[in-house]
Amino acid sequence: MFLQQAVNGITIGSLYSLVALGLTMVYGIMRVLDIANAGAYTLGAYLGVWAYTRTHSIIVALLVGAGGAAVTGYWFQRVIYTPIKKVADPIVPLVASIGLFIVMEDLFRLIFGPYTITFPAHLPFNRLTLGSVVITGTQAAILIISALLFLLLWLLLNRTKIGLAWQATAQDTETAMAMGINTRSVVAFAFILGYIFAALAGILVAIHYNAVFPTMGDIPSYKMLAIVVLGGLGNPLGAIVASMIVGLAEAFVAGYIGTFLPTDAIAFLALIILLLVRPQGLFASGGETR
Amino acid sequence: MNYWAVLATTVGIWVLLALSLNIITGEAGQPNIGHAAFFGIGAYTSAVLNTRYGVDFWPALIIAVLVGALVGALLGLISMRLRNDFLAITTIGLNFVTVAVFQTVPYFGGAMGIGGIRPPRIGGFTFGPLELALLSWVAVLLVVLLNYHLQRAWFGYALRAIRDDEAAAAAMGIDVRRYKVLAFVIGTGIAGLAGSIYAHFMTFISASDFGFNISVTILAMVVLGGRGSIPGVLLGGIVLGMAPEVFRFISDYRLLVFGAILVLVMRFFPSGLLGQGSRLREWLVGVFRREGAGVHVR
Repeated sequence: MFLQQAVNGITIGSLYSLVALGLTMVYGIMRVLDIANAGAYTLGAYLGVWAYTRTHSIIVALLVGAGGAAVTGYWFQRVIYTPIKKVADPIVPLVASIGLFIVMEDLFRLIFGPYTITFPAHLPFNRLTLGSVVITGTQAAILIISALLFLLLWLLLNRTKIGLAWQATAQDTETAMAMGINTRSVVAFAFILGYIFAALAGILVAIHYNAVFPTMGDIPSYKMLAIVVLGGLGNPLGAIVASMIVGLAEAFVAGYIGTFLPTDAIAFLALIILLLVRPQGLFASGGETR
Repeated sequence: MNYWAVLATTVGIWVLLALSLNIITGEAGQPNIGHAAFFGIGAYTSAVLNTRYGVDFWPALIIAVLVGALVGALLGLISMRLRNDFLAITTIGLNFVTVAVFQTVPYFGGAMGIGGIRPPRIGGFTFGPLELALLSWVAVLLVVLLNYHLQRAWFGYALRAIRDDEAAAAAMGIDVRRYKVLAFVIGTGIAGLAGSIYAHFMTFISASDFGFNISVTILAMVVLGGRGSIPGVLLGGIVLGMAPEVFRFISDYRLLVFGAILVLVMRFFPSGLLGQGSRLREWLVGVFRREGAGVHVR
C-alpha cells in the first residue's frame, strides 16, 4: 500500500514537474507567470491524439505535439510577451497570459468540440509487478520519458552554450547582456523549451487518463503556479522537488486520509502556510532580487 | 422594466467589485487575483446570518462589510511579507481555498448552496427589482465619492507612492504597513458590501458564484479600464458587466472575444483604456481641451 502510493505519487509528480519546468524556464528569464503555458499542455494533447490516430506511433505523436507547441511558444513570446515586458507592472503580462489561455481553451472547444476524446494509445511497455507494487505500462512510460527529459534538460542547461546563457540571464539579465549574450534568443529558447515540456506532459497525461478535453489545462494552469512558487520561482531543481512533494502528498492524502477538502485546495493551503514561513519558497532562485 | 432593473443591479454589483479592487490593485499596486473570495465572504456572511439567525438585511450588510474587511486586513498583513508574484499566487490560492470551504462545509450549505435568502425590506415594505437596482447604484455612487475623496486625501498620495516605489515611500516617512493594510481593508470591505447585496438580490447563492473566473473578470474590468483611474474602472465595470447581455448574439464565441480583448488591450494599451499614459486618454483629454479653449475665446 505504502509503496504503491509512493509509485503513484512519483508518477503524478513527474507529470507535474514537466509542466512546472516549462513555467520555471520562462519565469527564470522573463519574470512572467505564463498561465498560457497550460494551453500548450492541452494543445500538445490534441495534436498528439490527432497524429496518433493517423500514424499509430507514439513517437510521431510526441514529435507533432512538441513541434506545434514550440511554434506556439515562439510566436507568443515574439508577438505578445517581449513587447509587453517593456512595461514595468508585472500584472500586465499576467493578465495577457490569462487572456491567451482563455482564447486557446475556447479555440480548442470550437475546433475539436466540447466533449472528451479518447487517446487509445498502445505503449510498448508491459505491466510490471514487483511484490505488491504494480506499475502499469503507462506509468512506466511516464517515469522513463520524464527521467529522459530531466536528463536532457540538465545536459542542455549545463553542457550547452545556450543553456549556460539561460543560467546567466536568469541570474542577472543586464550583466548577461553586457557580456555579449543575445538575451533575445535566450528568451525564445526558454519559451520554446517551456512549451515543448508542457505539450509532452499533456500527451502523457492524455494517455494516462485516456482522455483529451478542452478544459484539461484548467487544473494545471493554477496548480503549477503553486508548485513553481513552492520550488522558489525560476529554479528548475526546486520545481522538480516541489512537484514530487505535491504529487506524493496528494497520493498519500487520497490513499490514507480520504478527502476532507478538494486536493487542489489542499495544495494551495499548504502553499499559503509555507509561504508565510518561507516567503522565498523552499529553494530561493539564484535570480535577481524581487 | 424588470429586465432592465435586474440588469442594472447586476452591473451595479460588478462596478462595486471593480471599484473595490481598484483601491487595492490600482491605487496601492498590490496584485489581487482572488478578489471574488471577499465577494463570497460577504455574500455568505449575509446569507448565513439571514437564513440561520433571522438577521435582517441591513444589520447583515454591516456585518458582511466588517467580516470582509477583517479577512482583508489579514491578507494585507500577509502582503507585508510577500511581494508581487508571490502575493498574486497567494491570492489565487485564497480564492480556491475559500470556494472549497464553502463547497464542502455543511454549515455553509455545502454543494447545495444557500437558498431562501430574504430580500431587503424597510418596515413592512419589501424591495423589488427596481428598489434593488436603486440600492446597488446608490452604493456605487457612495463608493465613487469615497474613491475620489481618498484619491485627493493624503491616503491616496501615500498609496500611489507605495505603488510606484515602496522603498522610496518608506524612506519618505510613509507608514507603508498602515496604508497597505488600510487599502486592503477598504477594498475588501466594499467587496463584502457587494457580496451582501448580491446574496439578497439573488436570494440563492452557491460556491461557484465566487470562483477564480469571477476574480479574473473583476481584475479584467480594472486592468482594461485603467488601473487607478475611476472613470476607467467605471467604464470597464459597465462594459464587461453588460457584455454577457450585449454579446448574446455571439454567445458561442463570448469567451473567445473576452480573452482576445484582454490580450489586445494589454498589448496595445498596457495601462488600460483610460489609465495613466494611455493613448486613448491623451486623445480624449486633447479633444476636451480644444473645446474648452473654444469656450475661453468666446
